[in-house]
Amino acid sequence: MNVNQSVPPVPSFGQPQPVYPGYHQSSYGGQSGSTAPTIPYGAYNGPVPGYQQTLPQGMFLFLLSDPPASASQSLPVQCEASADFKGLPGSQPFGSPLAPVGNQPAVLQPYGPPPTSAQVTAQLSGMQISGAVAPAPPSSGLGYGPPTSLASASGSFPNSGLYGSYPQGQAPPLSQAQGHPGIQTSQRSAPSQASGFTPPASGGPRLPSMTGPLLPGQSFGGPSVSQPNHVSSPPPQALPPGTQMTGPLGPLPPMHSLQQPGYQPQQNGSFGPARGPQPNYGSPYPAAPTFGSQSGPQPLPPKRLDPDAIPSPIQVIEDDRNNRGTEPFVTGVRGQVPPLVTTNFLVKDQGNASPRYIRCTSYNIPCTSDMAKQAQVPLAAVIKPLASLPPEEASPYVVDHGESGPLRCNRCKAYMCPFMQFIEGGRRFQCCFCSCINDVPPQYFQHLDHTGKRVDAYDRPELSLGSYEFLATVDYCKNNKFPSPPAFIFMIDVSYNAIRTGLVRLLCEELKSLLDFLPREGGAEESAIRVGFVTYNKVLHFYNVKSSLAQPQMMVVSDVADMFVPLLDGFLVNVNESRAVITSLLDQIPEMFADTRETETVFVPVIQAGMEALKAAECAGKLFLFHTSLPIAEAPGKLKNRDDRKLINTDKEKTLFQPQTGAYQTLAKECVAQGCCVDVFLFPNQYVDVATLSVVPQLTGGSVYKYACFQVWCEEQVGGLSLEGRHVALVIPFALTVHVASGIRAVDFFGAFYMSNTTDVELAGLDGDKTVTVEFKHDDRLNEESGALLQCALLYTSCAGQRRLRIHNLALNCCTQLADLYRNCETDTLINYMAKFAYRGVLNSPVKAVRDTLITQCAQILACYRKNCASPSSAGQLILPECMKLLPVYLNCVLKSDVLQPGAEITTDDRAYVRQLVTSMDVAETNVFFYPRLLPLTKSPIESTTEPPAVRASEERLSNGDMYLLENGLNLFLWVGASVQQGVVQSLFSVSSFSQITSGLSVLPVLDNPLSKKVRGLIDSLRAQRSRYMKLIVVKQEDKLEMLFKHFLVEDKSLSGGASYVDFLCHMHKEIRQLLS
Amino acid sequence: MATYLEFIQQNEERDGVRFSWNVWPSSRLEATRMVVPLACLLTPLKERPDLPPVQYEPVLCSRPTCKAVLNPLCQVDYRAKLWACNFCFQRNQFPPAYGGISEVNQPAELMPQFSTIEYMIQRGAQSPLIFLYVVDTCLEEDDLQALKESLQMSLSLLPPNALVGLITFGRMVQVHELSCEGISKSYVFRGTKDLTAKQIQDMLGLTKPAMPMQQARPVQPQEHPFASTRFLQPVHKIDMNLTDLLGELQRDPWPVTQGKRPLRSTGVALSIAVGLLEGTFPNTGARIMLFTGGPPTQGPGMVVGDELKIPIRSWHDIEKDNARFMKKATKHYEMLANRTAANGHCIDIYACALDQTGLLEMKCCANLTGGYMVMGDSFNTSLFKQTFQRIFTKDFNGDFRMAFGATLDVKTSRELKIAGAIGPCVSLNVKGPCVSENELGVGGTSQWKICGLDPTSTFGIYFEVVNQHNAPIPQGGRGAIQFVTHYQHSSTQRRIRVTTIARNWADVQSQLRHIEAAFDQEAAAVLMARLGVFRAESEEGPDVLRWLDRQLIRLCQKFGQYNKEDPTSFRLSDSFSLYPQFMFHLRRSPFLQVFNNSPDESSYYRHHFARQDLTQSLIMIQPILYSYSFHGPPEPVLLDSSSILADRILLMDTFFQIVIYLGETIAQWCKAGYQDMPEYENFKHLLQAPLDDAQEILQARFPMPRYINTEHGGSQARFLLSKVNPSQTHNNLYAWGQETGAPILTDDVSLQVFMDHLKKLAVSSAC
Repeated sequence: MNVNQSVPPVPSFGQPQPVYPGYHQSSYGGQSGSTAPTIPYGAYNGPVPGYQQTLPQGMFLFLLSDPPASASQSLPVQCEASADFKGLPGSQPFGSPLAPVGNQPAVLQPYGPPPTSAQVTAQLSGMQISGAVAPAPPSSGLGYGPPTSLASASGSFPNSGLYGSYPQGQAPPLSQAQGHPGIQTSQRSAPSQASGFTPPASGGPRLPSMTGPLLPGQSFGGPSVSQPNHVSSPPPQALPPGTQMTGPLGPLPPMHSLQQPGYQPQQNGSFGPARGPQPNYGSPYPAAPTFGSQSGPQPLPPKRLDPDAIPSPIQVIEDDRNNRGTEPFVTGVRGQVPPLVTTNFLVKDQGNASPRYIRCTSYNIPCTSDMAKQAQVPLAAVIKPLASLPPEEASPYVVDHGESGPLRCNRCKAYMCPFMQFIEGGRRFQCCFCSCINDVPPQYFQHLDHTGKRVDAYDRPELSLGSYEFLATVDYCKNNKFPSPPAFIFMIDVSYNAIRTGLVRLLCEELKSLLDFLPREGGAEESAIRVGFVTYNKVLHFYNVKSSLAQPQMMVVSDVADMFVPLLDGFLVNVNESRAVITSLLDQIPEMFADTRETETVFVPVIQAGMEALKAAECAGKLFLFHTSLPIAEAPGKLKNRDDRKLINTDKEKTLFQPQTGAYQTLAKECVAQGCCVDVFLFPNQYVDVATLSVVPQLTGGSVYKYACFQVWCEEQVGGLSLEGRHVALVIPFALTVHVASGIRAVDFFGAFYMSNTTDVELAGLDGDKTVTVEFKHDDRLNEESGALLQCALLYTSCAGQRRLRIHNLALNCCTQLADLYRNCETDTLINYMAKFAYRGVLNSPVKAVRDTLITQCAQILACYRKNCASPSSAGQLILPECMKLLPVYLNCVLKSDVLQPGAEITTDDRAYVRQLVTSMDVAETNVFFYPRLLPLTKSPIESTTEPPAVRASEERLSNGDMYLLENGLNLFLWVGASVQQGVVQSLFSVSSFSQITSGLSVLPVLDNPLSKKVRGLIDSLRAQRSRYMKLIVVKQEDKLEMLFKHFLVEDKSLSGGASYVDFLCHMHKEIRQLLS
Repeated sequence: MATYLEFIQQNEERDGVRFSWNVWPSSRLEATRMVVPLACLLTPLKERPDLPPVQYEPVLCSRPTCKAVLNPLCQVDYRAKLWACNFCFQRNQFPPAYGGISEVNQPAELMPQFSTIEYMIQRGAQSPLIFLYVVDTCLEEDDLQALKESLQMSLSLLPPNALVGLITFGRMVQVHELSCEGISKSYVFRGTKDLTAKQIQDMLGLTKPAMPMQQARPVQPQEHPFASTRFLQPVHKIDMNLTDLLGELQRDPWPVTQGKRPLRSTGVALSIAVGLLEGTFPNTGARIMLFTGGPPTQGPGMVVGDELKIPIRSWHDIEKDNARFMKKATKHYEMLANRTAANGHCIDIYACALDQTGLLEMKCCANLTGGYMVMGDSFNTSLFKQTFQRIFTKDFNGDFRMAFGATLDVKTSRELKIAGAIGPCVSLNVKGPCVSENELGVGGTSQWKICGLDPTSTFGIYFEVVNQHNAPIPQGGRGAIQFVTHYQHSSTQRRIRVTTIARNWADVQSQLRHIEAAFDQEAAAVLMARLGVFRAESEEGPDVLRWLDRQLIRLCQKFGQYNKEDPTSFRLSDSFSLYPQFMFHLRRSPFLQVFNNSPDESSYYRHHFARQDLTQSLIMIQPILYSYSFHGPPEPVLLDSSSILADRILLMDTFFQIVIYLGETIAQWCKAGYQDMPEYENFKHLLQAPLDDAQEILQARFPMPRYINTEHGGSQARFLLSKVNPSQTHNNLYAWGQETGAPILTDDVSLQVFMDHLKKLAVSSAC
């Protein structure tokens, strides 16, 4: 099948600039023409200007792309890429257009911004696809090409876009032809194509090639690489390419030609949906015929969809990085789609919360619920209220409103924010959420300037920034008492297992140094946090570490059925005051239990004890549990081994994810009430029932960390612990409230917390890594003018015991056109939401049903787009919105994930663990978790300090002469190809040959040579980016362990039955077609 | 033997036994008409420096139901090497070791002067003594400090091989592990939850692991010392450790808000102590020593809530049935006491507080197990410190004056049956032919368990004559009783002390005078008093008094000499003359009167009354009053208000208190400072004399009495005034017209009135 990328057109632009000036110029010229539209755009973006300015290139791109888009929306213009299904052929043609793109990174960048809107239309395989493509080219050729392509993309067609890029080049058509026949049916074609690709890789050349769409292979490869959009070919339909193609093609060309002219205007107006596209559409089709002819010749090669032709995550990420990574993201404008999470960018807060705090699935919300239902795009925000910021960005200012407390709306209780309207000369303000009119307290009064803004707006963070903090008054505190500083309690399993593996000794050593890194407030010299220690096996041991004691005292509580805290004074102490006693204690703990033969452990009583201790000390706090085994000792929360793999794929599978007993939930509830957050570190060597043990951390805002088969000799893990220890929670919050403007309401929440009612999220603890995902539904019609507002208020106690409110505000656009919605979506966030939704679903429904729901939803989203925004094209064409062109690949990753489709080697515990983890992951984490990063090690020059560019997660991309690092936030592999140079092996592993490398090695020897340093440095930097320590595993090609590694090559077919990317795309296409018909 | 007095004294010295009647009425009917039952006060371990224990085991009667010990009263056939049991008449072969026996070569147990003999048993493993301290930490700082010092001091007094353990309690209960080095460990229990012995042992890790971990490494056999050694360690090994541990003891750290009592989990602490010993050292000598500074305020055994505004129950509340925790608490402690007794351990209670501490509820712990009960105002007083120290005093052999895990077995000849016993013991429920169906005190058995006893522990044992009137006992017949006490000596040996006594039977009709003369009125008074106090525990006070009165009247009717309806003609013989007076004072004593005493005090007094020997008991019933003056040497004077004279110094010993009272003039002299003037040195001596005497008493007495130094008009003089016979009161002061003595402001009847009344009733035929 073909993948038409609207992008390509853009790229084409881009290319022109950097790479092939000449070329560009030409194309540019065309574009310039289009610039006219840009102007409007500029206006629109008024605020943005800075941005544009900064990037001249970007500007261009924008211009190009925008024109079309501008009309309807701010930045993005949709580019539709039409891929012909017949795919292969289609792809080829694209390829040609694409190729250029791919080649030229620069191009891509520009494209990036606009791309959002790009649509990929893929014509169904055999059928018309090819045709479609074919036509496109012609159309473009018509001159449409240059400027319009973009336009076309936005509106009507991808094809047009493509064409645009290569106006005449339409050579692509040829390629299309080829593609068609090939489609999925035969994979063989793939290789051939692949080969083809590689050559095309060089962008520069391609352009020319494009012009001469002659070489399908080349063009193909090019495009696929460069462009995000993908077209999947309908698998089976290997229809007579030629014929079909012709059919469709025929119509197209004319269309295009027509469109182009008309097109631009259209775009301005009603971009997406029907009008523009349809007419366009028609035209492209006709064009096809020409194509068809081309295709005709090519049919043979394409047998299956070429992986390079389909949208590549790597490419998208790279593009975004290049396009948007250099300029700060200014939040002043409503409804801007932020750069991807994989892009490094700075944020300037000008009234909306930084995307680091909040990311939405869509920045343009349908005005009515009908529209929302139609689109099926979930409306959700992923909120990370305490996200850590890069050093360049200031953390939120603290605002003190004095004794009366933060200013709020009397009716809806929303907090003062930049969107509140001051009226009557500043004496009153109107709530932006509920429209209630409130008096401004005298001490807060300020005059308004001529624009109706308060004169002091820029002096007050709450009137000018998206994120800020209020100092809470005593009214915001529990029992109307200011809280005391929180406490940390370390609870260590000292059963036989823990001792034997050396865990206890290690922990005690680590704790000694960790205590120096307790979180502290701002510039405070020492942390206000008090610490306490408990060890346990079947019974609990509390320690009195009062500074006045010469020796710590141990108090054993064996009454685990009815837990209590045996001491008050001396349990929670200031680290510095009691350091000597604590050190002595940590020295003695491993000795004391060295001879233990107790293998049974308890769990619930341990948490209970910690909670009771906090209750007795009247403070909130956090428990750190270091646990090794299934709690089978006679006590509340006793568990039995229920690890039954036979349940997989049955209706009872869900029970594997559910807790065994209700005791854990009850306990969690109590913990939350007390503000007791629980982190659990598991070191199991067999089944521990993570599903049950993670309930408490999950509901109290804590985390679960799992280290399977922990052995102390693996020194690396030491570092892991300390890293995580330093990541300890910053704050102990109390409640999180989300206010939204009338018209929508928050209906569902995901994350690590507890909810006692349906609107307030109660958190016992929250740290910088935790996110809360909120789903919204319509209550009423939204107003396009006023947009939709979102305010997230987090009431918490800082680590110094200060009570504060952190406020994040975000304004979103509202739209009446579906196209606007599709143009402003963020696939990463969408996937984040959908994964969380699905992972929660497995608790109650059979996994299969959950998977089907996901697929259906995805198909509906795309079908809706196709139907309403993407102008008619042949059913054989798969058209993806630019913003969502990665949706299929990512969704496939979710579907193949351990939770939804377990492989044979995945334990029940691992599934539960992952399920639990994902619930509170932020967008960046889910992104890499579902689509791991695969970094080649020796490709880039050894001196380069930057991370090498990633490659797609597929076995085909591995070269056996190279080594790769693969990481997904939890796992870290070093894959060594069988024919890696001996020198490399020597300098990295200090052994002389590949065969001598120890498989499963987890530590690289420290060697003094550039390569070793570089690799180890890279590993360190990867670890530093993740909140969890990743254990390294060295995997050799053709080795047993490779199976493990291959599990993470998510574009490939998985052993457990997960579809390959290509297959899934075809499947998705089929689904969409079914929906459309 | 000259007089019965001498006989009685001699018997007491030799056997530690005093009978109410020393000649026994020979038929059941006659015996019941004697009013005072045939009974004795037995001091099983009376100190006998002249009696070295024999190193072999006693020879027992072979009849399984009898098993009496060979004694001097047995008939022996030296040629046939046979002996006849004098209780069941079974003929027994001497064991082979007695082969050389003959008239001239008798074993000690056959010699008449060895009617009391002690055997030492060599068999069986000796287990060390165990002392388990149960310490309340809800004390004032200085109290706790004093207590800690006392405890530390006691470590040096314990036998070096004794095992000690420490449990502290407040809001929680902590069982301290003593074996570990470095870090000090303790097991903590919630103070509000009662646990079964099994649970306690599980939680302390005392039960052996169910499956000895086959999969892990094999258990080394030598790894199996007493699991309990973690909590109970030989003193010599850990005294330094324990001293430090005690030194570091802190007051209960849980905050006590204004208006609240500290939360004190005495009930659970005791329960854990009992459970700990139950599981680890059943049936070996052990003392649980409870030190408490206030009432239990939570958990099982709680006596009062923690609200200070609600005071602890008084007698008034109890009568009104207003003591809401009492019944439950009592039940809890009774259950504990019974378990402890079953294990052969004893519980001491050292309660030092100004207010009540719940002794009423806890009394059974000490009463049933033979433990001590000590009540004081503060641990920081010499009363407590010295009392506590005195527990560890040693006898002439250098042995501790304590014995453990005893059983008292009583055997009687056929004419007698055992009705019961009163003292710090529990029934072992051993039925036998010599057990009477009528119970007096703890009855229905011929054996009792005495978990803790010392050389002064005295039991009242009551008998019933069952011989029928129509089956007269031949002239010169003697009844015999044998007391066999098995016990664990403080040196950890098992010993058996056997006392066999015999008394003559007499026919009442013909030999009433004989029986009369052999009446031991002191013993009888104490035995009757014990019965009365025993009844008072379960009956209403007035009922008991009425019962006592009736008994007294009946006795007077029976043994008085009088003309009908003529009170003035009433006379009692010498052997009965003091008896009514004892009864008079008994009626006024705190054992039967609860007025002016808290429930705790009553329990405390009764506890001691039920275990002291005859002399001390008599002092308790009728305090001793000595008078010191310039007129002559100190002399005992009547316990009467007329003895309170201005120029006398009085020394009163009530057992619980020692009061030195300076008469009005003496007090004035004292104030004037004459004693410091050389020319009045004799006054100084006079002042000193009672002090010296008091000191002597203080030295010997356990528990230490409250020592009160007061003077005429002093507030503390009430101790004296409340005891003396109110012969002069505000009512009759002028009638008597005497200027000596001190009037007592009371409505109580005086002895004179009491006697007059008694005479009247005795001679009236209506009664």
